[in-house]
Amino acid sequence: MPNIIKTRNLTYEYIRRDEEGNVEGITTAVDHVSLDIRPGEFIAILGHNGSGKSTLAKHINAILNPTEGTVWVDGKDTSDEEAIWDIRQTAGMVFQNPDNQIIGQVVEEDVGFGPENIGVPTKEIWERVEESLRAVRMYAYRKHSPNKLSGGQKQRVSIAGVLAMHPKCIILDEPTAMLDPNGRKEVIRAVRALNDVEQITVILITHYMEETIHANRVLVMNEGKIAMEGTPREIFSQVERLKELRLDVPQATLLAHELRGRGLELPAGILTAQELVDEIGKISRKGNRICP
Amino acid sequence: MLRDITLGQYYPTESVIHGLDPRVKLGTTVLYIISLFCFRNFLGYLLAALGLALVIRFSRVPFRFMVKGMKSILFLLLITVVFNIFLTPGTPVLRLWKLTVTREGIVLAATMAVRLSLLVIGSSVMTLTTTPNNLTDGMERMLRPLKIFKVPVHEVAMMMSIALRFIPILLEETDKIMKAQIARGADFESGNLFRRAKAMVPLLVPLFVSAFRRANDLAMAMEARCYRGGEGRTKMKPLIYQKKDYLAYLAVLCYLAASIAVGRILF
Repeated sequence: MPNIIKTRNLTYEYIRRDEEGNVEGITTAVDHVSLDIRPGEFIAILGHNGSGKSTLAKHINAILNPTEGTVWVDGKDTSDEEAIWDIRQTAGMVFQNPDNQIIGQVVEEDVGFGPENIGVPTKEIWERVEESLRAVRMYAYRKHSPNKLSGGQKQRVSIAGVLAMHPKCIILDEPTAMLDPNGRKEVIRAVRALNDVEQITVILITHYMEETIHANRVLVMNEGKIAMEGTPREIFSQVERLKELRLDVPQATLLAHELRGRGLELPAGILTAQELVDEIGKISRKGNRICP
Repeated sequence: MLRDITLGQYYPTESVIHGLDPRVKLGTTVLYIISLFCFRNFLGYLLAALGLALVIRFSRVPFRFMVKGMKSILFLLLITVVFNIFLTPGTPVLRLWKLTVTREGIVLAATMAVRLSLLVIGSSVMTLTTTPNNLTDGMERMLRPLKIFKVPVHEVAMMMSIALRFIPILLEETDKIMKAQIARGADFESGNLFRRAKAMVPLLVPLFVSAFRRANDLAMAMEARCYRGGEGRTKMKPLIYQKKDYLAYLAVLCYLAASIAVGRILF
């Protein structure tokens, strides 16, 4: 199957200018990134602030155009003006701030905004709105004002808004950064359901490690380059390297890593607390002393 | 708190009037206001009042909500009445110091008072029974012919509905910034007007900065969802005239005919 998203040598430079408009300096936000994403994959992109992960995301939706290199979404070049609306429909985007991306004054109207823009007939808009709201489990709130929803609910409405455009791929740019822990769980659950049930390609950008453990593949970005790539287990078994990249490791992984350091025979790359409990249980059943 | 403020003054209930197409309500209100200025006798106003009473009955909005709207123009009403009573030339009825009350003045003042009251109550009925959203939609549709003259009707309507969406958010934000500044010793309440205006600067600057940031984010989010102006857009809730809307137009036509008969021919 052809790749849904492909980038070759993608480079983007922010040019800073002083008050007279002279170039003061150039920051390379994304530096020669080549990426291949297959349909149906769940990709998580990690990185600390300023690592270029959001800039990369904005290229996939054709909000930014590369300074150098090319991005193809579903075979279409994003720098092609003609294809821009097709690309935005294929690759929907959810942003960080839930308040600043809801346009409608009623939940259902907001979800209908995208289909209205691409000229879907009225009857089909209603069908799409219903199916999208059901997919993120917000159908009961369809008549509510977005101002009265919690952050997690607003983000789910935003996801439904993208879903109603029937995209093949959804890019979520730190969708949980402004939410409380419960809201984060709700949103991540909704995102996983999209990937599992609807087979939509998901690119989740985040700096919360816990959110990446269900991904097929994790990319770690640093200074505009892809610093690490692999399954969550492969990535999280390299605790020292992650620390170098100024990333926090999930608590269970960190604890397992420290215990290993003290001589306990735990496998590398433990992701959840449950796994850790199971592994420690195995050791104690073997009759080993827990504390060396 | 601030989250719960209602915009405009929509009164949510189910009624015949609530269910009408916003275009019918807009058109009727405009016609009604024009008719108020055409009457030459009290019988016409009686008809107008009766018509309005009937509509209010149908709208199932408590009358006190209509009167609320009156409060804001009480002052204007008072001035109009006072000026008309004392400054209209004609047959003197009463002399108070240097001022003369004339027969014509009393009649004119009474006419003006009735006219203004009906006007305000009449337009309140429209805003009380139509959501701001619906109203914007109706206006967009009604003003569509202006597109020939390059009036950006769709864009203006879109701006209005975005403004409506963001007013509560910005109010909440104002509240937050205000509290943050008070916590750091800002004083918004004491001092004269000038001092207080100056105290608003540390409130307004962050508010504006944030509003611009929001506008930028929103524009990006709208583009990401394929928004490209009104061309080629379909509507989720298109305005389509139903039978009841035609009936309402018929009722308005009857009212117009009656008012022409009563207001012009009989006297």
